[in-house]
Amino acid sequence: MEALRVPTMAEFAASGEVPEVLFWVGCAGSFDDRARKITKAFVRILNAAKVKFAVLGQEETCTGDPARRAGNEFLFQMQALQNVTVLNGYGVKRIVTACPHCFNTLKNEYPALGGTYEVLHHTQFINALLKEGRIKVEGGDFKGKRITFHDPCYLGRGNNEYEAPREVLLKLDAALVELKRSKQNGLCCGAGGAQMFKEAEPGNREVNHERSEEALGVKPDIIAAGCPFCNTMLTDGVKHFNKEGEVVVKDVAELIAEAGEL
Amino acid sequence: MSIANILFLLLLAGAVALFARNLGRVVRNIRLGRDEDISDRKAERWGVMARVALGQSKMVVRPVAGIMHILIYVGFIIINIEVLEIIIDGIFGTHRIGSFLGRLYDFLIGSFEILAVGVLLACVVFIARRAVLQLPRFHKPEMKGWPSKDAMIILITEIALMGAFLKMNAADQVLAQRGMEHYTTAGSYPVSSLLQPFFAGMSDGTVLFFERFMWWFHILGILAFLNYLPYSKHFHIILAFPNTWYSKLEPRTQVSNMPRITGEVKSMLDPSVPPPTPAPARTVAGVDMPERFGAKDVFDLSWKSLMDAYSCTECGRCTSECPANLTGKLLSPRKIMMDTRDRLEEVGKVIDAKGKWEDDGNSLHSRISEEELWACTTCNACTQACPVNIDPVNIIMEMRRYKVMEESSTRPSLTGMFNNVENNGAPWAYGPDRRMEWAQE
Repeated sequence: MEALRVPTMAEFAASGEVPEVLFWVGCAGSFDDRARKITKAFVRILNAAKVKFAVLGQEETCTGDPARRAGNEFLFQMQALQNVTVLNGYGVKRIVTACPHCFNTLKNEYPALGGTYEVLHHTQFINALLKEGRIKVEGGDFKGKRITFHDPCYLGRGNNEYEAPREVLLKLDAALVELKRSKQNGLCCGAGGAQMFKEAEPGNREVNHERSEEALGVKPDIIAAGCPFCNTMLTDGVKHFNKEGEVVVKDVAELIAEAGEL
Repeated sequence: MSIANILFLLLLAGAVALFARNLGRVVRNIRLGRDEDISDRKAERWGVMARVALGQSKMVVRPVAGIMHILIYVGFIIINIEVLEIIIDGIFGTHRIGSFLGRLYDFLIGSFEILAVGVLLACVVFIARRAVLQLPRFHKPEMKGWPSKDAMIILITEIALMGAFLKMNAADQVLAQRGMEHYTTAGSYPVSSLLQPFFAGMSDGTVLFFERFMWWFHILGILAFLNYLPYSKHFHIILAFPNTWYSKLEPRTQVSNMPRITGEVKSMLDPSVPPPTPAPARTVAGVDMPERFGAKDVFDLSWKSLMDAYSCTECGRCTSECPANLTGKLLSPRKIMMDTRDRLEEVGKVIDAKGKWEDDGNSLHSRISEEELWACTTCNACTQACPVNIDPVNIIMEMRRYKVMEESSTRPSLTGMFNNVENNGAPWAYGPDRRMEWAQE
């Protein structure tokens, strides 16, 4: 496999060039072992499509999403205002991210703090690359497999994007099976609103078990996700039901990178 | 004018005045909330109101309840045309003043009767869903006591009113057929004609008494019901319209900005920026209200959240979709709305009694616990499910803000996350120097 080419904004700025798009990696994508695989899969897609992209690297910090949702508006705005300064300093116009929480914050919440950008979720970006013919995938290995897509709340209900991930998945030539609770009625994985960073409140069940059980109920080979946190929650849920040998949880980007042998 | 007409006029005026007074009280209570300018994108707002409130678009997501509700809703609006005639007749002592409309009148009266049966049936189905089928969302803890009674009072009243309307029509037509002075044979009566045999052996006087009794029962029942609204979840029949007009049009997961904090943070990050001047204290209900971060009490919520609370009819669709509630957590979005309304009512009563607000030692937090607040995943299943676009997440967010920023009270692991974000720029304990490690792996 070719080495990844991951240029930074600083490198672009030094050479006087402007990238086509900034890839906002996000904290999960940078630090979480599982999510790093998604980051790398997406970079392989960007490399294969010859997208002139850059990352902020060490200049990137948390968007502040979990701080804001946990009620710490001071901390959110400290993060946000610093990020806006960096982004505006580089003259960033267009951002793509593989995290729906970063996506929502950058797209909807930064404008009030002086940061207005065109922000895309990576499934939207990949969908555009496929439509423009910049990458090609053939179903191959996925032919005949059953794939179900779990809508991330912050992409679907939050920002009304239900079709892009599905259009991308259809390119795999697999059978796309819908969950009973999907699209507008999708059930949360349990991680949103800063829950990812705390113990669940007392109850009789974990939210990710409820959701994973529903997903396993449609007998999929693959549960497709579009969010690093959903990915973690569903992976844990599948393990809880001892199904990790039969069902894999994969990000849409990973599936496309595999199908395109990127 | 006869004594009956004068009596009717007095009762009507009294009922309308009482309703206006109570409506004014609700408006005053809603205005206790923080100012928020919601007047943008007017064309879009009319569209949302037309679709969601007038067109019931979110009700029919659940077809059985949706269609039954539309029956009651259409019945309510159209049968009100008949109430207009009843009021005119009541004031001027006329009888079926609309009958000059001829065929159109026949058609109208006929459709009112058919709709009345529709309303009756729908109310019976709704009672059955609560009492016989025992749908779980109608039997959650927050529904114990008054909320369940309220629902039954509404349904039984509607059945009684529709029943009186049909019986009145039946007696009326028997009197007309017997050639009683004053009674005309105008109108068509597809339903009440079936009830006429009931009066077969009765004297004219008895039928006349019956007809008058039902006439008065029906109209007084409507006036009483009107005045029940401000004390009941049934108030949604009025507030559904403005509440959908003022819907949040931004993406569901967008959390509102706090501009006051922006000023403070800018000054913290750049010492050359002067700190913002503190906002002047707001005078609410005769007292100076301190500016707070987040919501301690109803005064700190946007007026829209308070309108949301009065618009809630406790259907529980939010709670039945809430991932926290589905997995046995304490949080119920419906309870958040009910608690907000009950607290607002409590505050309103203090203001009524004392002429101004006096701290009673309670707040929203006396009713809504931290365990509930911290169970929310902000997934917005509740805002999606609500048939009148109520936003419980906004209240939860504002209350979390108060807990964290004013009381420094949060869940221990969240404190760890805050420290990490502050020190490392990430919610985990990894420094910026490790941000690009993935690219070298």
